[in-house]
Formats: sequence, structure tokens, C-alpha cells
Amino acid sequence: MAAEQGKVDPMHQFAIEPLFGSAHWEIAGYNIAFTNSALWMAIATVALWIFVAGGMKRELVPGRWQMALESFTGFIDDLLEANVGKAGRKYVPYIFSLFMFILFANLLGLIPLPLALAGVHPFTFTSHFTVTGVLAILSFAIVLVVGFWKHKLHFFSLFVPHGTPLVMIPLIFMIELVSFMIRPFSLGLRLFVAMMAGHVLLEVLSSFVIDGLNAGATFGLIVSLPSFLLMIGICALEILVAGIQAYVFALLTSLYINDAENLH
Amino acid sequence: MDPQAAKLIGAGLAAIGAGLAAIGVGNVFGSFLESALRNPGAADGQQGRLFIGFAAAELLGLLSFVVAMILIFVA
Repeated sequence: MAAEQGKVDPMHQFAIEPLFGSAHWEIAGYNIAFTNSALWMAIATVALWIFVAGGMKRELVPGRWQMALESFTGFIDDLLEANVGKAGRKYVPYIFSLFMFILFANLLGLIPLPLALAGVHPFTFTSHFTVTGVLAILSFAIVLVVGFWKHKLHFFSLFVPHGTPLVMIPLIFMIELVSFMIRPFSLGLRLFVAMMAGHVLLEVLSSFVIDGLNAGATFGLIVSLPSFLLMIGICALEILVAGIQAYVFALLTSLYINDAENLH
Repeated sequence: MDPQAAKLIGAGLAAIGAGLAAIGVGNVFGSFLESALRNPGAADGQQGRLFIGFAAAELLGLLSFVVAMILIFVA
């Protein structure tokens, strides 16, 4: 549905536009132009790199920056220790990168005015299923590789819980198989929909504010002001959601890795 | 009925799912808080399970959002 004249289109913010490069930049039929999505991925990566590089000082008495970084690594370390056990230590780099990348992406995508005034809109690339789907497939691939590497074909016993009656095995196997195969889908879907829904909500509320002000002072007072106050509240909620979704992604990945490492 | 109208009504009905998921998510955190206040010592150890429950309840609500989006933009 195209936006009608003078209305705010809540889906416009998710449009991917090439910044430089054009439709002619193709590899095997796929466009590789540098888009706003790619730009914000690069910004998230650089910001994360600066954050980690600045904190890796290894001082005996950590400063504020090092403390911040170490609390994040310690948090991921505890998460894996609790969910996977001793074998979880070797996944700390992956889960840490995953968690921090998603967290930075979610938070950078929420930056409001200052950059928008300069004509550069913060783009939440985690609100695209292509991005979260690839992250989810990465996690799922690690689970598959680790599972089959460590347990060979015995990995299939993951689909048959202990003590299943013999007659029930084919049925339980199919159910467990489907619930296993749907994991990357639900993992990517959760993050992308949560981010997208929040941004649509903010955009819809902002359209209330703008349309209310355009309609005159009375409407501005009874429509725009409450909407604006609600927007501030929703922004705070979105910061919470950004953290929770990054945490849930890391948590579920570590649970799936636990399945691959320890079976049931 | 006009197909476009039917789509939009369907998308609106999908919002019921979001409301039901709100009950689910509220139930997860409410039950956690209730039992955490009874036994604060054991609360921290259950935070992982809290968020697994939250993620499961939330996903089903988000699916209703996906249904609405598909009805409006894809179907």
C-alpha cells in the first residue's frame, strides 16, 4: 500500500536504498551495491570494535571502560557456564560477538534526532529477516556441525527422549525433528519482528504527533501531547526490548549449543 | 465482501493474538515475581528459564504481527 499524500508511511523506514553503487553492480544476478543496511552494519561493527579495543587494557585495577567490557564478557561467560557447562567456554567468542553485534545494532537503530536532522536516518538492520535469518542460520549451522562432529550419527538420539515407549518413537521423532528444524526460523523471526514492531509503533505515534499539530492547537493539545509522552515511554521500552532481544538470541543459541554438546 | 476490506479486517483480528500474548508474557513475569518474592535466594538462578518462557510466549504474539503484516502487504 503506497502512502497517501501527506501521511506518514510507517514502512518507509525499512526501505533499503543503495548509497553508492547501482543496479549494475551485480555478482551472479545479485546486486552488491553498498546500501544503508550495509552502512549501519559497518557502523555497528566499528562501534563494537572500538568498544572492545578500548576495554582490552588488561590493567590490574580496571578503569571504567575496561570494567564495562569485562562485565559484558563475564555476563556471557556466566551464561554459557550455566547453560552448557565446562564445554561452553570455547563458545564465548562467538556468543559474545553475536550478543554485542545484535545489541549495538538494536541500540544504534534507536538513535533519534541528531542524525536524522543531518539527513542520515539510523537504519535498524536487525528489523530485516535477511539479516537475522543469516545470524540464526549461523547459530544453527554451528549446532549441526558440533553435534555431528562430536556425536556422529548418535546425534539423532536428540530427537528421541529417554524412556519413550517403542510405539511412540516414530511419532515423537517426527515432532522433535520438526521442532528442531523450526529453530533457526523462530530464532530469526523473533528478533526481526520485535525490532520491526517497535519501530512501526514509534512511527505510527510520530504520525499522530505530526498530524495532530497540523490540525491545529486544540488537536495538538489533546492528540499530539499525549502521543509524544507515550512515544518517550515507548522509546524507553524499546531500549529494554533491544537488550532483551539480544539476550534472548544469545540465550537460545547457547541452549541449542547445549543440545549439540551434551545431547539430552 | 471486498477482498481488500476482508484483508484489513483479518489484519485487525490478528491483533487479538498480540493481546493474548500480552497476557502470556505478563503471566510469565508475574509468576516469576510472585515466586521470587517467596524465595529470593533461588530467584537469580532461574533467570535463564524466565527469559526462555518469555521468548516462547512472546514469539507466539509476534507471529500474529507477522500474520497481520502478511495480510496487509503480501496477500
